[in-house]
Amino acid sequence: MDDQEFLEYVQAGGQVETGDWMPDDYRAKLVKFIEMHGNSELMGVLPEREWILRAPTLQRKLALTAKVQDEVGHSQLIYRVVEDLGKPREHCLADLVSGKSKFHNVFHYPTKTWGDVGVIAWLVDAAAIISQKALLKCSYAPYARIMKKICWEESFHILHGRDVILAMVTGTPEQFELVQEALNRWWPPLMQFHGNPIPADDDPMYQWRIKSQGNEEARQQFLDGYVPQMLELGLTIPDPALRKRDDGVWEYTEPDWDELRHVVTGHGPKTQERLGFRRLNHDETAWVRSVVLAEAA
Amino acid sequence: MNARSRVEVLLELADDELILGWRDSEWTGIAPLLEEDVAFSSIAQNEIGHARALYELAARELGTDADALAFDRAPDEYRCAPLVELRRLEWARTIARHWLYETADEIRLAVLKASDDPEVAGLAAKIDREEAYHRMHAEMWIDRLLATEEGTTRLREAIDELWPYALGVLDGELRLQLVERVRGRLPFDLPEVEPVTRGQHTEELRELWDEMTEVRRSAPTGAQW
Amino acid sequence: MIWEVFRQERKGQPFQHAGSVEAPDFRFAEIYGREQYGRRGESEALWLVPREHLSVVEGWADEFDLKYRRVDGYSIKARLKEARERAESR
Repeated sequence: MDDQEFLEYVQAGGQVETGDWMPDDYRAKLVKFIEMHGNSELMGVLPEREWILRAPTLQRKLALTAKVQDEVGHSQLIYRVVEDLGKPREHCLADLVSGKSKFHNVFHYPTKTWGDVGVIAWLVDAAAIISQKALLKCSYAPYARIMKKICWEESFHILHGRDVILAMVTGTPEQFELVQEALNRWWPPLMQFHGNPIPADDDPMYQWRIKSQGNEEARQQFLDGYVPQMLELGLTIPDPALRKRDDGVWEYTEPDWDELRHVVTGHGPKTQERLGFRRLNHDETAWVRSVVLAEAA
Repeated sequence: MNARSRVEVLLELADDELILGWRDSEWTGIAPLLEEDVAFSSIAQNEIGHARALYELAARELGTDADALAFDRAPDEYRCAPLVELRRLEWARTIARHWLYETADEIRLAVLKASDDPEVAGLAAKIDREEAYHRMHAEMWIDRLLATEEGTTRLREAIDELWPYALGVLDGELRLQLVERVRGRLPFDLPEVEPVTRGQHTEELRELWDEMTEVRRSAPTGAQW
Repeated sequence: MIWEVFRQERKGQPFQHAGSVEAPDFRFAEIYGREQYGRRGESEALWLVPREHLSVVEGWADEFDLKYRRVDGYSIKARLKEARERAESR
């Protein structure tokens, strides 16, 4: 098979396994994409785990711990796929903490209140699931297979998030305000999350059928699904230009794509602090990995 | 039940499990290996789950609920052993504490399983069945650490530091059983130390309590979350 | 060491490949396998195998017509119709 035949093969729905021949460009883009996903799961746990320790009921503590546990579990599944493609986990982690590789924008921002816990589990995870469902059809089969398990596990995260939000919006006025305030802060990163609109023809990820959905399509799906959920709770969405046209397309204030680029290249409000934390943690626990992987005495 | 009241016994065990589970959950997201992160998080969740079941049993007697017992008491009112209060975000100490606690807990649960109070005996049996898995995990790690020189050195340092606290988890005859088990299992001597007994709390518990109750205290008592 | 994990969802069902975990020996592989593929009670049982003990087999010669070994190698419609018609006229 040559590059052109391979392209036709995947565009016709063909599946690729680990040992199969694949164009260098396909392999490189695949590794970078999947690695970024793994990085994102691992960085996403840092803002969330702070709230495990402050969860206000035993039930919430269990649910949040289980959710963060799932995210770590997902990073394990994802890095295993990357490793089988030729890049060992330790290299991925080294590139992550050195700032060489990227992770999604939303995990570069601070969390400030319990309202953030609800908004992240409900809306950020919802935005992520939309992308993840599109990956179920990824041409690279090992990745498509783990996406199945990931999507299945994420389904409880969203319900948990919604439950947290519902408890607060039906609680005290201060609790309602916590949710509204968190939504105000998270709205811009949420709108940037799926990336700037790229025409399918210009998107190599779509051409290789690594992604089966364009960025704008994902964002529209998110708005379709979740704007009604926000409005029905009496929340205000902090974009006065947001509206659904008669043809079903959502209009909104153009997200700041410069900000997105700036953040994912390592300049988010919490980027360096979190990478530093991961670096320190990684160094401090290096002895454990060497003991575990050592030959038994 | 004998000299101590049923509630005291339940709260002691519940507080141990809550605070240990809380400490163990500090590793979620930052454990040394991804696979271990997932495994250890389940252990932490199990411990919180045990605490919840124990609190629920005590709560019925006290006319309150599990969350109120877990969160709404002052730090001095908790009955946990100092061992579980220590903040030790260092893996050798974490494993050493995990193993020491599980060993002590097995001894304690054996007594509770034989209680003539069927609810307490039943719950102790359930907890013990889940902790069999914790013990398996702890033993595996002890063996792994002892299999290398570096692991053995680090484990020894950790045991030396935690031993006085471990002694404080149990009293009397049960404490002697713990000493015998630990001595029999480890290839190095234990330090001669005084136990750090229950009834006194560390400054670390206060700090933990501040953080644990921060969100809860931000709304009036009885607010829903 | 990489261990391949096969899981059985319910008793009676086949074991299917579910993923892999990194572990130095069986004891660690068991704990990690149990967690990744069973912490929600979603598995009845697991098979764990070091990857190096798996042998991959693929590629079959496909040169001649072997349809006679399968259901789709048999088309009895026309003959059956004829046999029924003959039976009616007897």
